[in-house]
Amino acid sequence: MTPIYLDNNATTKVAPEVMEAMLPYFTELYGNPSSMHTFGGQVAKNLKKAREGVASILGAASGDEILFTSCGTESNATAVHAAIRAFPQKKHLITSTVEHPAIKTLFERLGKEGFRITAIPVDSRGRLDMDLLEKSLDADTALVSIMWANNETGTLFPVETIGRLCRQKGILFHTDAVQAVGKIPMQLKDMPVDLLSLSGHKLHAPKGVGALYIKKGTPFTPYLVGGHQEHGRRAGTENVASIIGLGQACELAISKMKEENTRVKALRDRLEGELLRRIPKCFVNGDLDNRLPNTCSISFEYIEGEAILLMMNQYGICASSGSACTSGSLEPSHVLRAMGVPHTAAHGTIRFSLSIYNTDAEIDAVIHHLPPIVARLREMSPFWTET
Amino acid sequence: MWDYTDKVREHFLNPRNVGEVANPDGIGEVGSIACGDALKLTFRLGEDKKIAEAKFQTFGCASAIASSSALTEMIIGKTLEEAEKISNEDIAAFLGGLPKEKIHCSVMGQEALEKAIAHYRGEPDKVLEGEIVCHCFNVTDVEIIRAVKEKGISTIEDMTGYLKAGGGCGHCHEEIMNLISKSRGIAIMTPKKPASGLTNLQKIRKIEETLESEIKPALIRDGGNIELVDVDGNRVLVRLQGACATCSRSRITLKDHVEARLRTLVAHDLVVEEA
Repeated sequence: MTPIYLDNNATTKVAPEVMEAMLPYFTELYGNPSSMHTFGGQVAKNLKKAREGVASILGAASGDEILFTSCGTESNATAVHAAIRAFPQKKHLITSTVEHPAIKTLFERLGKEGFRITAIPVDSRGRLDMDLLEKSLDADTALVSIMWANNETGTLFPVETIGRLCRQKGILFHTDAVQAVGKIPMQLKDMPVDLLSLSGHKLHAPKGVGALYIKKGTPFTPYLVGGHQEHGRRAGTENVASIIGLGQACELAISKMKEENTRVKALRDRLEGELLRRIPKCFVNGDLDNRLPNTCSISFEYIEGEAILLMMNQYGICASSGSACTSGSLEPSHVLRAMGVPHTAAHGTIRFSLSIYNTDAEIDAVIHHLPPIVARLREMSPFWTET
Repeated sequence: MWDYTDKVREHFLNPRNVGEVANPDGIGEVGSIACGDALKLTFRLGEDKKIAEAKFQTFGCASAIASSSALTEMIIGKTLEEAEKISNEDIAAFLGGLPKEKIHCSVMGQEALEKAIAHYRGEPDKVLEGEIVCHCFNVTDVEIIRAVKEKGISTIEDMTGYLKAGGGCGHCHEEIMNLISKSRGIAIMTPKKPASGLTNLQKIRKIEETLESEIKPALIRDGGNIELVDVDGNRVLVRLQGACATCSRSRITLKDHVEARLRTLVAHDLVVEEA
């Protein structure tokens, strides 16, 4: 069965153009970019091109602001590490209550190691409490790290405003933009963002490559040491083929940005609208006015998400769930809980995340198969009544 | 992706005996929406005093539904004396095994059966024995110790898989580990200092301040209110008032709003409970 893949916030398909660009680096172009000979040196030139591709999708001032890493998580860890080293006397860090575990868990650990952590809460639409954020910035604050787009609901945070507040107080601002890059346009050269993380496999590059944007002039201490690669900012021989792939994926995303925000968004809106129309007692989560164009988080009351996923799986429909039972933890997603989504609905939340490869026919299939699945599970549920 | 057996998948996709028995002889309800799974089992006895009909309604994941379906198949045709011998291991074995994180689904089946039989016999509901250790899933020290002694459980992960204990906020992990060690005759770790680094007095003052400035205004807006009754270690005892006192979602308000806020602003190990 060909999958109907609507789980693109989890990972994406490697674009054929990306695959093609990468292939030579597994075969004839296997040189080490650090070598003195032309054979290796030519690879270094192409890495530079990839760096410019990434700079271009971010609207960064220069390719020199891009550091390649192994994944979004490494980019986040590198950024936080750099900020802590930049201000060793400052012991206060600010984040949000709805971050990806890559930031959330790291901050929890730093909290145990003696840092004072403020996690800014969100309202029922997933919007950040900006008043509390502003009040929380103080002379002891080293870093604010707030995601650009939430992975579960697609809610966009006002990074421009947050960055400006931080800049006024001389506080570094990092944003985990893993879900946002490639889906919405960015002009970092005009924005008060010091550090930004992205991940290749969320935008049709392979897994195992990411990047960290470091605005020129931002204090930086390497996280991985022991080599001169990446201008001495990250030791370790470059993952050449994947970096080439990421560069190519960024160029592709630039050319598809309009389609993402028109056709893909229309598909998402149709999926959402039809499900809301056909299924009683369901609602969409997140800030509906400020959201990624591809993401839909929808809660079906009185049923459980893993059961919905496994029934959709019968038809090849791939999505994910905020339910506890899919994760091995027993609590529903911390994002939905932070938004105060009631338990009656949080356990039955499904995330659909689309890409440019999705079609009208695929959306039709979900609209066709999902309502009877929900009805069937509700019939089994002791909490469901028609009224 | 959970590694479910074909039999689990089959019972999940084609569950037997869904629904409610009309005029049931026994009713057993366990779990809740907040806990993530719940099961209502009903049965009717035939003239031969064997279970003639059994049905289930389940809110939960695939293995919860499959365990419920399996349970009904297993008990139909049995006398109550035969049925009450069915253990959670029997339910799991009937399904060809369950992932260890999902054992609690079969435990839920066994508990519902136990309750339904007790209901038929007119026995009073079992009172919770012991002190609650895991406040997210209401699991007591007595249950935890029994799981160690009877099922040989020795890690927190297995305890969560079996009883759900420790599967929520995680603040009871140390206590669970201590109970496991104690029951297995191993020396106990000494309790650590409160994680917040605040003195008791500072902590109480900060809790009061936070309730006043951060929590009360929102509750009052919705026609409710909250009163601080006591602080006992990391337990914050409160009383909900006005609209909150009668709201069926007050437990969610307490956990998701009040507790989350206090943990963010005061100390990450606080547990909020109704006095």
